Amino acid sequence: MTGEPRPEESTNVQGGAAISAEGLRKTFGKIKALDGIDLAVPPGTVMALLGPNGAGKTTFVRILTTLLSPDAGQARVGGYDVIRDAATVRNLIGLAGQYPAVDEFLTGRENLEMVGRLYHLGGSEARRRANELLEAFGLTDAAQRRVKTYSGGMRRRIDLAASLVAKTPVLFLDEPTAGLDPRSRLNLWDVITNLVSEGTTVLLSTQNLEEADRLANNIAVLDNGRIIEQGTAQYLKECCGGDVLIQLRVADRAQTPLAVELLGTLGDGKIKSVPEAGEISIPVVGGPSIMAEVVRRLDAGGIVLSDLALRQPTLDDVFLALTGRSAEATEEDAAKAAGTRRSRRNERSAP
Amino acid sequence: MIDSKSGTPTYRLAWTIPDTLVITWRNLVRFRRLPQLLVFSTIQPVMLLLLFNYVFGGVISPGGLKYTQYLLPGFLVQIVLFGSAQTSVGLAEDLSRGMIDRFRSLPMARPAVLAGRTVADTLRYTFLVVLMIGVGYAIGFRFQNGAVPAIAAAVIAVLFGFAFTWVSAFIGMSVKDVETAQVAGFVWIFPLVFASSMFVPIATMPDWLQAFAKINPVTPTVDTVRALSLGGPWATPLWQSLAWIGGILLVFVPLSVRRYRRIP
Repeated sequence: MTGEPRPEESTNVQGGAAISAEGLRKTFGKIKALDGIDLAVPPGTVMALLGPNGAGKTTFVRILTTLLSPDAGQARVGGYDVIRDAATVRNLIGLAGQYPAVDEFLTGRENLEMVGRLYHLGGSEARRRANELLEAFGLTDAAQRRVKTYSGGMRRRIDLAASLVAKTPVLFLDEPTAGLDPRSRLNLWDVITNLVSEGTTVLLSTQNLEEADRLANNIAVLDNGRIIEQGTAQYLKECCGGDVLIQLRVADRAQTPLAVELLGTLGDGKIKSVPEAGEISIPVVGGPSIMAEVVRRLDAGGIVLSDLALRQPTLDDVFLALTGRSAEATEEDAAKAAGTRRSRRNERSAP
Repeated sequence: MIDSKSGTPTYRLAWTIPDTLVITWRNLVRFRRLPQLLVFSTIQPVMLLLLFNYVFGGVISPGGLKYTQYLLPGFLVQIVLFGSAQTSVGLAEDLSRGMIDRFRSLPMARPAVLAGRTVADTLRYTFLVVLMIGVGYAIGFRFQNGAVPAIAAAVIAVLFGFAFTWVSAFIGMSVKDVETAQVAGFVWIFPLVFASSMFVPIATMPDWLQAFAKINPVTPTVDTVRALSLGGPWATPLWQSLAWIGGILLVFVPLSVRRYRRIP
């Protein structure tokens, strides 16, 4: 009678994509949250939704997890329609939303056992899974304490653990590492990597390019409810941001155009400059060797640098390359448009 | 394994009671772990009962009855009505904290989150009803009609409150935040409570208010509880009261569950 899904069986039930969406649209008042989304996630892979706040990531996740009905289009999880077969879809998914959804008055263990029972695992299995997950997330010592006493990071972890209770074949994680300290973040990345190696399909939304790079087979970049680019991390970096960025600042701002001219042939000509600040950034592949070339050319041109650094491209760089505007600015627009919608602190982490 | 069974209505129906029990347990744990809340939510009705009894008791003696005798049966219905208003606050809290989202993404029975809340709230004010009878006995109240009718009186009051927890659940699912739930959840209780036979006989009210009091579902319920407690004709008000209880449940259980399924 238990509807406990087994990953091997259920992901392959229908063949094809574990998660698919066709022409999904959703409007809230005047705001087009989703403006025609098409996406397919093969079983056993990780898809990252990358985009600033207000891009439509959460709306997309809410539709796929049966919490919200789309205005148009259709979506399937494990081959089941998220509207018609919503009850079956819920057996196949685990969800960790953007905000930790755990009961403050229950202990960590009680929260996990409750979720296990509501997945209909049965009492002893629910207890066993709770203990396993407390161990995996380093919460064994806090297991008997009420969640009320937990720190923000611990709440995040217990919430994520709750989404893994039933070992569902498909997992939705909405900004899973927002608000986590670096160690917990690495820990969580390991957990996700392990799950995927066992066949779980993961859709995660993030604002962090490094996270998408580390975990995802494919990345979809969202902007204003549309997928504006999609591909592997490598592809996105090469097309849009470079493998790494060389960033430099010239001591004399007036020399910026000259410096750009000298360096223009490097990095596929995608050099960008901010003359007012004397800043130049060059997306390149094979950073260190090119860095030497940068120094040689500028030295020959008699240009003095005040700063020179190699840096990982961020969401902002990819976004800037794709849309011509920064993710931060988009966020402000979205916040204005959303008006009264819940705001949350921007938890972006610099790589 | 995932088979067609897990998505069928029969499968989901079968889990309604186990899932409701899990949620009820979760909600009751909160009361147990917040002893202060329990103490103060107990002090308030005790204080009100004493105030009503000693402030109005000197001037009101309906039909020559000692006011304590008249008041207590009505007061039990007052307890359950205010108790049921808590349901909307609890649900609004769960909604704003994302708990409802988590529950809605789980393969649990659809009515269980609401039913678990209404059942837990009903158990909580049942405790208050028993306590109030104890306090009533301390200030001179006595059941006049034997043990079985006394128990039946308490059961009717509790059932009536249970019906209203579903009205309250509907409000909790309809408002956007906890603060609104706190106001919206209580405001409609006052006219129901006061414009009824709860504290004074309705014959003393102006005509227009009597008209409302006569159709107010609280009136037949209070009349039933009072008649079962003190003696007197109880059959007519009992059927009227049960009809209200059934009618409210028939309307508000499906309405609330529908709201729950379609939270934007």
